[in-house]
Amino acid sequence: MSDAVIITDKLTKRFGDFIAANELTFTVMPGEIFGFLGANGAGKTTAMRMLCGLSTPSSGKASVAGFDVYTEVEKIKLNIGYMSQKFSLYEDLTVMENIKFYAGIYGLSDQEIADKGMALLQQLDLEKESKKLVRELPLGWKQKLSFSVAVIHKPKIVFLDEPTGGVDPVTRRQFWDLIYDAADKGVTIFVTTHYMDEAEYCNRISIMVDGFIRALDTPDHLKQQFNAKSMNEVFYALAREAKRSAD
Amino acid sequence: MNAIELNNLTKTYNDGSITAVDHLSFDVKEGELYGLIGPDGAGKTSIFRMLTTLLLPDEGTAKVNGYDIVKEYKTIRNIVGYMPGKFSLYQDLTVEENLNFFATLFGTSIKENYDLIKDIYIQIEPYKNRRAGKLSGGMKQKLALCCALIHKPTVLFLDEPTTGVDAVSRQEFWEMLGRLKKQGITILVSTPYMDEAGLCDKIALMQSGKILSIEKPQAVISNFNEKLYGISKGNLYKIMLDLRKYEQTVSCFAFGDALHLRLKSNADDNVSNIKMYLKNHGYMDTEVKEILPGIEDCFIKLLG
Amino acid sequence: MKQLFTFIRKEFYHVFRDQKTLLMLFGLPIAQIILFGFALTNEIKNAKIVIIDYAKDRASAQIIERIEASKYFEVDKTLISHREMEAAFKEGKIKMALIFPENFNYNLLHTNSNQIQLIADASDINTATTLTNYMSSIIMEYQNELMKENLVTMTIVPEVRMLYNPQLKGEHTFVPGMMAMIMLLICVMMTSISIVREKEMGTMEILLVSPFQPLMVILSKFVPYILISLVNVTSILLLSWLFLDLPVKGSILLLYSESFLFIITSLALGLFISINAKSQQSAMFISLGLTMLPTLLLSGFMFPIENMPLPLQIISNIIPSKWYYIIVRSIMIKGSTFVAIWRETLILGVMTLFILIISLKRFKIRLV
Repeated sequence: MSDAVIITDKLTKRFGDFIAANELTFTVMPGEIFGFLGANGAGKTTAMRMLCGLSTPSSGKASVAGFDVYTEVEKIKLNIGYMSQKFSLYEDLTVMENIKFYAGIYGLSDQEIADKGMALLQQLDLEKESKKLVRELPLGWKQKLSFSVAVIHKPKIVFLDEPTGGVDPVTRRQFWDLIYDAADKGVTIFVTTHYMDEAEYCNRISIMVDGFIRALDTPDHLKQQFNAKSMNEVFYALAREAKRSAD
Repeated sequence: MNAIELNNLTKTYNDGSITAVDHLSFDVKEGELYGLIGPDGAGKTSIFRMLTTLLLPDEGTAKVNGYDIVKEYKTIRNIVGYMPGKFSLYQDLTVEENLNFFATLFGTSIKENYDLIKDIYIQIEPYKNRRAGKLSGGMKQKLALCCALIHKPTVLFLDEPTTGVDAVSRQEFWEMLGRLKKQGITILVSTPYMDEAGLCDKIALMQSGKILSIEKPQAVISNFNEKLYGISKGNLYKIMLDLRKYEQTVSCFAFGDALHLRLKSNADDNVSNIKMYLKNHGYMDTEVKEILPGIEDCFIKLLG
Repeated sequence: MKQLFTFIRKEFYHVFRDQKTLLMLFGLPIAQIILFGFALTNEIKNAKIVIIDYAKDRASAQIIERIEASKYFEVDKTLISHREMEAAFKEGKIKMALIFPENFNYNLLHTNSNQIQLIADASDINTATTLTNYMSSIIMEYQNELMKENLVTMTIVPEVRMLYNPQLKGEHTFVPGMMAMIMLLICVMMTSISIVREKEMGTMEILLVSPFQPLMVILSKFVPYILISLVNVTSILLLSWLFLDLPVKGSILLLYSESFLFIITSLALGLFISINAKSQQSAMFISLGLTMLPTLLLSGFMFPIENMPLPLQIISNIIPSKWYYIIVRSIMIKGSTFVAIWRETLILGVMTLFILIISLKRFKIRLV
C-alpha cells in the first residue's frame, strides 16, 4: 500500500465536544475514482478539508500525495486540484482569463498555458466562447470548465465537492466522461455526490454516518453486503440510522 | 377548477435579448402535485416568480386560484406559500424565532395552524433553540417548508426545495409533500432530480424556457416508444466509448451500474447484435438486455 | 400592529446578535472623542511661535519671560520681516506670531493703554483659538500685576488676526461634525446593508409575497437604528462635556429633536441606496461615497465653505449634513434657539421629505 495517494489513520476532527470526523481510516490508490458519500452533516466536508490542507486535524495521521497533512500542507496544495459546486470560477472573468489565472497560480509557463488552454477549449468544445464571461455560460458548461481548470496542472488527486448538483442529465454524463478520462490518465478522483447513480460510477465508495465511515467497498460488494438492489437502498439503510443533523 | 393557469406566459431579460420563459401555457388542477422538471437555466425560477407576483410577465397572462397575477397581486400574496430557491431563512434567528416571525407576518400563529406543520415540525422541534445558520441542509429545508406552510396557503410554490440535499432527506421531503397533497393543498414544485419526477401527479419537462412535454409520469415513459438496452458488467467506461462508435447507436449513456443504449432500429435481433459487437471488441461476459426506460431516459431523448 | 412589533423585534435580534458590528456602532463615537481629546491636548503643548519685538523694553521683556515660562509655547525671538513671517506660516513652521510695537512700555505708562498684535494660523481652528486664548490670559495676568504695582488701570489690548480663516467660523467644530458622521455611518450604511442582505438571502422574496406592507418592512428596519443613533448622540454629548469641556449651551431638547430629524434624513438615504445596490458590498461603498465623503469635504466640518471655489460652495448646499452641522454648531456652541435655526431646519426637513418620498415610490413591490 506504499504507493497509495491518500492514507489516513484514525483521522479525527473535533469542534469542542462535537466530533465532526471520527477516526477515519482508509486508503485511496492512484487512478482510483473514490466516492465519498454521506448525508448532509455526516462530516464529509470536514474530512475533505483536512485532506486538502484547509483544516488541521485534531488527532490521527494522514498523508496526501505522499505529504503529511500536518507539516507539508503547501506541498499537498501543489499536488491536488479542488472544485466545489459553490465556488469554482470567477464569474466576471472570461473563459480564457480564468484558465490563464488558474494555470498561472500553479506556475505553468506561458507556453504551457497557451497550449493547454487551447487543448482544453477544444476538448470542451468551448473555442467560440473563450472570450465570453463565465457568468454567461450555462451551469453545466461552467462545471465542465471548472473541472478542466482544476486538473490543468496535472495534480495527483482532484477533490470534487458535489460537482454535478442541478446540472441537466446529458451534461451530467458528459461531466463524468471528463472524470473517467482524467482517471484513465492516472489522476485520482475523490468525489462527493447526492446522485446515487453516480455512486455506481465510482471504483470504491465510502459512506459516512455521524462522523464515522460506516461502509467502504466497491459498489457491487456493498450491494451484496446490504442485500440491496441499488446504491440508493444501501445509502438509505445506513443514513436512516443517523442521529445527528447539524453540520 | 384550475388552481394555476398559464396562458402564453413570457419573460425576457436584458431588453428582450434573453428569453427565460417562452410562451408557456399549462394548467394545474386543484389539489394536484405538479412538477416542473428541468436543469438549471430552464426558466423554472422565472415561472415561480411570476406566479408569486414577484415579476411582471412581458407577454401572456396567468391566474392563481382565479386571481390575475398582475391586477390582483395583493389577493394572491395572501393565499400562496412560497419557498424560493435560494431561500436561506434568517441565519441569526433560532428555528422557533424564524417560524414565529413568519407566522406573525402572515397574521397567524404557530398554534393556530400547528396540525398542518406538525409532522414536519416535530422533526426539527428538538433543535428549536438552535440558530437556523447552524442547521444542516435537510433541516433547513424542513424549516423553510414549515415557514411557507404556516399560514395555511391554498397553493404552495416550491422552487428546487431539494437541491443540495442528501438522498434520505430528499425522500423524507417528498413524503411530506404527499401528506400535504392529501390535505388538499395544490403544489407546484421544481427539481433538477429526474428520480423525483415519478412522485408527481403530472410533470412538465422543461429546457431553455420551453416545455418539452406535459404528461403523467407513467405516460411520459409509455411515450418513449422505442426499445432501450441495458448493458452491465465489465469496464463500462471503455464499453461506452466503444458502443458510441457502433454504427447503429443513437446514444449511449451511463445510468448507475449499467449503460443505457438507444439504437436506430427496434429490430428483434438487436440484443444478439450488440453482444456480437461487444465480443468482437474483446468484451466477453457483458450482460445485454432490453430494459424499461425511466424519466431520465425520456428527458435525454427529448433533449435530442 | 402585532406584525409590526414582531418585525421590529426581529430587527433587534439581527442587530444584537452581530456583536462585532454592535461593538463598532457604540464604540466608534467613544473612541473618536477620546482620540480627539488626546490629540487636542498634545497639539497645544510646545506650540512653535515667533515673537517680533520692536520695543525691546522692560514691559516686552517681562511678557516674553512669562511666555517662555509657560509650557504651551516654544518661543523663537527674531526680528524678521512681515514677509518672512508669512512664509514661515505657510510652511507650517509656526502656529502663531506675537508682535510688540515700538515704544511699547513708554506708551503703556503714558497712555495707560496699548495694543499688541497676535497673528494665528487659523486653518487649524481649534489650535488657533486655544493658543490665542492662552496668550491672552498670559497678557491679562501681566496687566493685572501692573495694576497692583501702579494702582492705575492699564489695558493691553491684544489685536488678534486669524490668518487664512479670518471669520473664524465655529470653534470646536469637531463635535458637531462628528455627530453628523456617526449618524450617517450608522443610519445610511447599516440600513442599506440590512435591506440588501434580505435581498441576497432570498428572504425579501418571502416578505414581498406575504400580505405584510412594504412600508412596514421599511419602518421596522428604521427603529433599531434610530435608537442606536440616539444612544450615540447621548454618549457623544456626555463625552464632549466630560472630556473636551464642551457642554451644550442651548436647549438639549432642541438638539435632540434636530438630531432626530437628521436621523430620519440618514435613514431615508440608506433606503434610497438599498433600492439601487445589488450586494452588501456595493451598498457599503455607495454609502461611503455618497454620504461620508461629501460630509467630510463639503459640509464645512473639515474645510470652511467660505474658502471653497464657488461651484463647490453651491454643491455644498445639497448636502444634508451641512445643514445639520450648522444647526448643531449653533445650538451647542452659540446656544442659539429655534428662531436662529428655523431656516436650516426647514431646508433639512424638505430634503428629508424629498428623499423619503422618492425612496418609498421607488421601493419595489416586486423583484427588479
